[in-house]
Amino acid sequence: MCQPIKIDLTASPAERLAHFTGWDCTFLKNRFESTIHSVFESTIKLKMQFMLLFSRQGKLRLQKWYVPLSDKERKKISRDLVQTILARKPKMCSFLEWRDLKIVYKRYASLYFCCAVEDQDNELITLEIIHRYVELLDKYFGSVCELDIIFNFEKAYFILDEFLLGGEAQETSKKNVLKAIEQADLLQEKNVLKAIEQADLLQEEAEAPRSVLEEIGLT
Amino acid sequence: MSDVVEKTLSALPSLLSLDSQAGAGKLSPSSKLGNLIKGITELTSKHEEEKLIKKELAAIKEQVASPNTSMRQMKEIMVRAIYCEMLGYQASFSYIHAIKLAQQGSVLEKRVGYLAVSLFLNETDEFLLLLVNTVLKDLQSTNLIDVCMALTVVSQVFPRDMIPAILPVVEEKLTHPKEIIRRKAVLALYKFYLIAPNQVQHIHSKFRKALCDKDPGVMAASLHIYLQLIKESPESYKDLTVSMVTILGQVVGGKLPMDFNYHSIPAPWLQIQLLRILAYLGKEDQGTSELMYDVLEDSLRRAEMNHNMTYAILFECVKTIFTVHPKAQLLEKAAECIGNFVLSPKINLKYLGLKALTYVVQQDANLALPHQMTIIECLDHSDIIIKRETLELLFRITNAQNVTVIVEKMLEFLRMTSDDYSTIDLVGKTMNSVFSLGGDVMQPDIPNNFLRLLADGVDSVEDRRMRLFAVDSYVSLLQGETAQLPQRFLQVISWVLGEYSHLREEQDSGTIMRLLARLLDQRNTSTETRSWVLGAMTKLCSNPVSVALARDVCERYSGSLNTVLRQRAQELMILSQDTELRARVLPAEGRLEHLEVDSSLSFLDGYVSEALAAGAAPYKSPHQRQEDLAQEKALTLEPYGLSLPVSLSSCSVTDRLTDGLSPTLLSMSSGLSGNGTELSHGGGSTTLKLDGVKRVWGKEGYLAQQQSVEDAPTPPVQLPSPLLSPQRPPSQTQTPEPDQEKQQLASSLFVGLGSHNSVCLMGRAEPAPQHFRRKPRGGSSGASERSSDSSHSSRSAAVDNLLLSNLLDSTTVASEGGATTTTPQQTSQRTLDHTTSNGSPHVEGKEEGVAAGGSLSLIRGMVAVVLPTHTETDPQSDLHPAPHPAPALERPGDLPLTSHLPAELSGLARSELTPLCSDQDPSLALSACRVYKEDALVVLVFIVNNTNSTLHQMALQLTCKELEISCISGSPLKEVKGHSVSVCLHTVVMKRASVQVELAGLLSYQRPLGQPQAAQFSLSLSLKHFIRPLTVSTGEYGKMWLSFSHDLKQNLRLVTTEHQEPLTATLDALKSKLHLHIVDIIGSEGIVACRLLQGEGHGQPCLLHCRVHANTLAVWLRSPVPELPDSLLYHCQKALTET
Repeated sequence: MCQPIKIDLTASPAERLAHFTGWDCTFLKNRFESTIHSVFESTIKLKMQFMLLFSRQGKLRLQKWYVPLSDKERKKISRDLVQTILARKPKMCSFLEWRDLKIVYKRYASLYFCCAVEDQDNELITLEIIHRYVELLDKYFGSVCELDIIFNFEKAYFILDEFLLGGEAQETSKKNVLKAIEQADLLQEKNVLKAIEQADLLQEEAEAPRSVLEEIGLT
Repeated sequence: MSDVVEKTLSALPSLLSLDSQAGAGKLSPSSKLGNLIKGITELTSKHEEEKLIKKELAAIKEQVASPNTSMRQMKEIMVRAIYCEMLGYQASFSYIHAIKLAQQGSVLEKRVGYLAVSLFLNETDEFLLLLVNTVLKDLQSTNLIDVCMALTVVSQVFPRDMIPAILPVVEEKLTHPKEIIRRKAVLALYKFYLIAPNQVQHIHSKFRKALCDKDPGVMAASLHIYLQLIKESPESYKDLTVSMVTILGQVVGGKLPMDFNYHSIPAPWLQIQLLRILAYLGKEDQGTSELMYDVLEDSLRRAEMNHNMTYAILFECVKTIFTVHPKAQLLEKAAECIGNFVLSPKINLKYLGLKALTYVVQQDANLALPHQMTIIECLDHSDIIIKRETLELLFRITNAQNVTVIVEKMLEFLRMTSDDYSTIDLVGKTMNSVFSLGGDVMQPDIPNNFLRLLADGVDSVEDRRMRLFAVDSYVSLLQGETAQLPQRFLQVISWVLGEYSHLREEQDSGTIMRLLARLLDQRNTSTETRSWVLGAMTKLCSNPVSVALARDVCERYSGSLNTVLRQRAQELMILSQDTELRARVLPAEGRLEHLEVDSSLSFLDGYVSEALAAGAAPYKSPHQRQEDLAQEKALTLEPYGLSLPVSLSSCSVTDRLTDGLSPTLLSMSSGLSGNGTELSHGGGSTTLKLDGVKRVWGKEGYLAQQQSVEDAPTPPVQLPSPLLSPQRPPSQTQTPEPDQEKQQLASSLFVGLGSHNSVCLMGRAEPAPQHFRRKPRGGSSGASERSSDSSHSSRSAAVDNLLLSNLLDSTTVASEGGATTTTPQQTSQRTLDHTTSNGSPHVEGKEEGVAAGGSLSLIRGMVAVVLPTHTETDPQSDLHPAPHPAPALERPGDLPLTSHLPAELSGLARSELTPLCSDQDPSLALSACRVYKEDALVVLVFIVNNTNSTLHQMALQLTCKELEISCISGSPLKEVKGHSVSVCLHTVVMKRASVQVELAGLLSYQRPLGQPQAAQFSLSLSLKHFIRPLTVSTGEYGKMWLSFSHDLKQNLRLVTTEHQEPLTATLDALKSKLHLHIVDIIGSEGIVACRLLQGEGHGQPCLLHCRVHANTLAVWLRSPVPELPDSLLYHCQKALTET
């Protein structure tokens, strides 16, 4: 493309006829078959569009969509984004323009946290939203690692829902978020105790609240 | 978070096997989910994973369908289903069970059920209708957790049509005693407002209550709604301004509970939300804006911690300041703030800085000027996003002068990332603005490249999108006023519409035809453009309406006097009637691909051999022919001998002109073969008559591209393109160093801004044009030469010197004849001369350029760099004593003004006297002198009263926003007696480093019996006047070096002298010109230190590390203040180029 090639853009049809004589160009017919579909055209613009957590190997660990999208679109977006972000070098900017959105991502150990916001939004604050979420996870799980999120992803979702609601920061006080989670967990524990009496217990449920109790003891 | 332990998946199996150990406790490996996860991690291929998940899903499906599955098991199953969905496998059969779980489960199971619902379902899903009753029931529950869960799910997914069913209950929750419930209710209502605004209109008063809620969380949540409401109609919420300002003031002042602090920054999210609201409220509303200035300044000031969050707040603050009604002082601070961003070594901040600049240059393009070098660097940044943002910024400062360079940069960028979705928008809109701005000025290959770009893409969605974008924007352009669009742009438009308007299916080609026909009818459309339009119409005439329209057009143009137009019209006529032929000639898709031009003309071989066989002479190249002719010359008769070679050589001139440029030209103006001949043989009778013969053969064979257009507009060579214009030939003069290239680039990018800026900064309506300069009449040749010619030869300086002493010390009036006598008129005339010659930036720039070694391409760099601030820069003024005579001082009996220097300053280094403007009143002369004190710069203003009467009510005021000025003259000036001199002393230090500042002065005075009068003048001070040596040891230097954060690297040229090492010579030159302190020279490296005077006894250090590298001096500057290295480097560069 860099080399200017002589092409007669203004060639009259008569000249073109000469050029095209005996030249088959039917293979070009279906060139524009593929239709384009803009994913975000009809959606209401919220502050955050979605949040993805994925591992260094590109495995999705958490996905939260704040805009209604079809399954197919979600898959395509997460595949594209994971590829794009994993290809970026560590020293590069944490922001990324992607379609008409701004992607803000950050890597914590083996996990990538990635948010999509509107182009006009403040990228730095989004970066800090990610950080606050990580802090919340860290506080809840106690030095969080990827495995905590893999095995207790529903808890990670609960925390996220207390922090961000519908794509907006709901509660920015760390204490309040954790208090809300703990309250629900405590209730859950009561049920679990009831369940123990019924001798119908799955191991993980007994243990998960215990870690929460430790957490309460700490705070 | 760096302390997060990294535990990769490879460690997983071993962790899982440690069943009862502490860390593994949470991992629940024995659960079914644990087994599933473990199973998946042990797999090696995607295919196996698929098989496993399929099996898992089948098992789940069976279990959920079974009536024996308890809710507790269901909860566990649901978690697994969520996991499978996350891996990308559909588990749609479980959706209904998720709803069932939310409906029937106990709190514990309900929670998972709701989670699954919010993850699985969209607002549009019909399943959600089944959830409405459950939500309603939970909202009314007495259990707080139930209510919370219901509100959470409502804020995420809820069918719009069912909002009325639960609205009253949610509304009721706004008064709930628990703040968490109130908060969630507010957010739920916010969500309702977003999807169905009219349904929540009646509760606006309740939003106000939420805004006044005693819990900061609820208040913060209500701001989401207010941001939205105010964005939509700021007028209706102006009354809230005071409240918002108060809240922000409280937040910034740290009045909120500590819980809301984030890394000891008080409630940053809240701050940002409030700043955004204030921006909407204050936009284009002075009264409202005035209410918030204080709090905005406060937040700017308080956000000083070095944390991302602080920068986020600053960014928002800057944005708000530039959105609301402007206040100079705040704007200045905000601009300073942007500087910190842009110069930050952190890439994220740099990006944000560029983004902020992009935002603010829309208001004042000059704000980009201080950062030109950074912008240039960002343009070559390895991270594409930085590049992209820089281009966006450049796009905003595009003007007619820099358009060419910017477009080149755009194209360069585009070549790299031609299939990147995100660039399309940028390029598309840029191209449009660029074409309409500078269409006729730009190089013709730019539109050509652009069209190639459009045409080149193969089959990607992006290409199609870009073409559609082009078609859409051009159609809307044509629908507007087209008269003032450049011709070249019109040509591009018609080509694009012809080629691609079929992509816009719903667009009737008739509409486009009509638009094009309108173009044809316009009087100022050139013939060339018309032929393009006709070409486009030929491609478009597919339906009957267009054919009819085409016929009309054909009739009109087939009678045209212009052959090309006539030909086009005929083609259009024939092709519009014969659809089959048209389809063949102009296939609807991809006409441009794979055009092959047989440059060897092999298809003619048969014809040629036939001709040869028939006895034709073999073809000889023009060159060959000329040689042959030279050999045959002895035999040739005179007339032929004269004419043929001449005509050939003139032909080859045209060849060179056209061949050199035409391959990339779009234009059809390459012209006739006759041109050359005609030109050189105006009335020659011996030449061949070539007029009107179409030229189809060139040196390289058949010139397929060329069309003969008799009245072809400006040939490309004559285009006043800034890059091609004859005064600036070309790249041979370019200096190889990359930094100079960068500077050059900077100059070409910022050229328009610079000149504009210089006007503003000088505070005059316009810089005095050069032709105002007039030499004074009379015999004072030396003086006149001196004052009108500001060249810096030492010879003239010596003359001046003599002259000056003459002027100052002579004791007789005019006794020496006309030579040294100057009437007051002449004096003022001369002073005027002087100021004009210095005041004209143009002259200044040229001088600089020449001084820089005659590099013509550099001139542009210098002009642009110099323009913004320089009005009176005399680079050598410090070296030569008094190059400017003080012309007003010729009164006999006067001592040299320097004798009026206060004693304490007399021993210090000082500059010569600079006359200040005195054109208003010849009897009063002002001149200034700088004295370099160790801790300050002292500016002395000499006021000479040339009349007999005393001047009263004297007041001298010096102002400059970049400087800190304080008056130190012992007794404030009151009056100046007749024929006496008064001196005012001011100490001046820089508030922040800048290359050059303009000191504005106002002297007001009153003559006896006269009106109060005022004399205005200005004095420019450059950074080097404020630079003092910084004496440090090498060790101290090392420590300081490490602690400074702002740095800058650049290569400078080395000074070479006979008797010194280049490094020593260069450093000495810098030392003498800029008062730097050379700390040490070790081998090929030297370290230098200086400080910038600032405030009382303070100084900002700047360290330079210089290393000789490949005949250049690699300089690395570091300083704790961001602007200093930049400005100092500029002066270093200048000092060295002068040497």
